[in-house]
Amino acid sequence: MSALPLLDEEPPLLVVEGLTVAYGARVGCRDVGFELWPGEVLGIVGESGSGKTSLLNALSAKIEPAAGRIRYRLRDGTMADLFDLSEAARRQLLRTDWGVVHQNPRDGLRLTVSAGANVGERLMAIGARHYGEIRGSALDWLGKVEIDRDRIDDRPSSFSGGMQQRLQIARNLVTNPRLVFMDEPTGGLDVSVQARLLDLIRGLVADLGLSAIIVTHDLAVARLLAHRLMVMRGGEVVESGLTDQVLDDPQHPYTQLLVSSILQV
Amino acid sequence: MEPLLDIRGLAKSFTLHNQGGVTLPVLAAVDLSVRAGECVALHGRSGTGKSTLLRTLYGNYRVGSGELWVRHGAARIDLAQASPRQIIELRRSTIGYVSQFLRVIPRVAALDIVAEPMRARGLGAEAALERAAALLTRLNVPERLWHLAPATFSGGEQQRINIARGFAVEYPILLLDEPTASLDGDNRTSVIGLIDEVLARGTAIVGIFHDGEVRERVASRLYDMTEAKAA
Repeated sequence: MSALPLLDEEPPLLVVEGLTVAYGARVGCRDVGFELWPGEVLGIVGESGSGKTSLLNALSAKIEPAAGRIRYRLRDGTMADLFDLSEAARRQLLRTDWGVVHQNPRDGLRLTVSAGANVGERLMAIGARHYGEIRGSALDWLGKVEIDRDRIDDRPSSFSGGMQQRLQIARNLVTNPRLVFMDEPTGGLDVSVQARLLDLIRGLVADLGLSAIIVTHDLAVARLLAHRLMVMRGGEVVESGLTDQVLDDPQHPYTQLLVSSILQV
Repeated sequence: MEPLLDIRGLAKSFTLHNQGGVTLPVLAAVDLSVRAGECVALHGRSGTGKSTLLRTLYGNYRVGSGELWVRHGAARIDLAQASPRQIIELRRSTIGYVSQFLRVIPRVAALDIVAEPMRARGLGAEAALERAAALLTRLNVPERLWHLAPATFSGGEQQRINIARGFAVEYPILLLDEPTASLDGDNRTSVIGLIDEVLARGTAIVGIFHDGEVRERVASRLYDMTEAKAA
C-alpha cells in the first residue's frame, strides 16, 4: 500500500522558493520557501524586525526580491513566475485576483471619498461600469462586513478604526480574489473590536474558500485564523508546521520562547 | 480485521531549550493496536503520559520517533510522516478528539460550534444544525444557551458542548480526554450512551477515563502506561 496517497493531486496556488529580500547590505528576509494551497490560510509570526513584512511585500509584488522565485497559478491553470510577468500584468493580478489588507486602514483606503466609492473603485478597476450594479455590490459588501448600509455615502474618515478595517476588507474582497495578504489585520484595535473582526475574517475566508497569508505578531490571532504557521526570526524561517502543533509543541528555542512569553489571562 | 490505529515503537520527549536544554522523556516505546469497535482506556497515574499520547495521536504533538499508522478510508497513513495538510484532512474525516477544555472562539454560538465539523464535511447548514440541536438536547444543554457563545458557560456546560462537537461526525477513530470529568450522574449516563452507540457502529476509541465506573462500563481493555516507559 502506498504510504501517503492523500489529496496531493491538487496543485498549489502559490509556490515560493529561495526568496531573499535585501535593502542594500541589510537582509529583510533570507531563503524563504513554502507552498500555499487553495483555501489554505498561512500565518507568518515573529516579532518586529523578524522579516515578516519584507516577505509580505515581496510576495505581494510591492518590492522585487534579490533572489528567489514566486510562482502563482493563474485562473487558466498555468503557473506564472511573478517577476516574469509584465508590470501591467502584475498590476492587473493585484487588482483582480489578489487583495492586500494593510495594518493601517489609511494605507488601503481612500479617506476622501465615500465608503461606497472605496468598494466600487476596485470593481471599476476591473471594468465594471454600471452605476446601479456597482452600488448594489458595494451595499451587499457593506452588509457582509457588518457596516450599516446607510453609511455608504459617508467618508471612511468618519468611521471608527474597526469599521475602517472592515471597509478595507470589503474593498479587497469585492473583486472575488483568490489570494489575500493581511498585515497585522487586527493590530491597533481594541480587544473587543478585534474579536469581531477575527470572527468576520474567519467566516469570510471559510465561506469564500480564500487562500490567505496573514502576518501577525499575535499568536492567538494566528491560532484562530491559520491552518499552518511559519515562525520567523532575523529574516529566516526557524520553524513551520501545523498551527496547533507549532504552538503546543514548539521545537525551536525561539518558538518556545515566544509561546512561553504569552501572558495567561 | 486490520486495526484502525496501529502504533509501533512510539517515543516522545520534550526538550526545553530555554530551561537549560532539559529533555523530559515522556513516552519511550508505545506499541498499541486498536480495532473497530474497541475502546482502549489509557491507564496510569497522572504524569505517566496519557494526555501526551492522546495529543500525539491527534497530531497536536509531533511524533518523536516510531510509527503511527492510521486507516484513512482505503489508505493507511503514518501520522509521523504526514504533512500538515494531511493531518488537517485526517482530522476532518477520520480522527475526532474531545479535549478536556473547550477552546472558545469569540462570538461563535454553541450550536454553530457543534455544527462546524459537520459543515466542514459538506453537510448542509440545516441538517447540521438539526443534528447539533439533537445532540445538545440529548446532553441536557438548555435551549436558551444554544445561541450564546460558550465563554460564560459553566465547566460542565462547556464540556458537553465539546462532547457534542466530538460526536457530531461519525469519525472512525475517536480520542476522548476525560469526557465525563465535570459531569453529574444523568449527563454521565448520556455520554456513556453516546460512547456505546459509536462503539456499536465500529468506531475505535482511545480514551482517558479517571472515573472508574465509566471506565469499567465502556473500556474493552486497558493500556497500562508503565508499558510505554519500558524501552
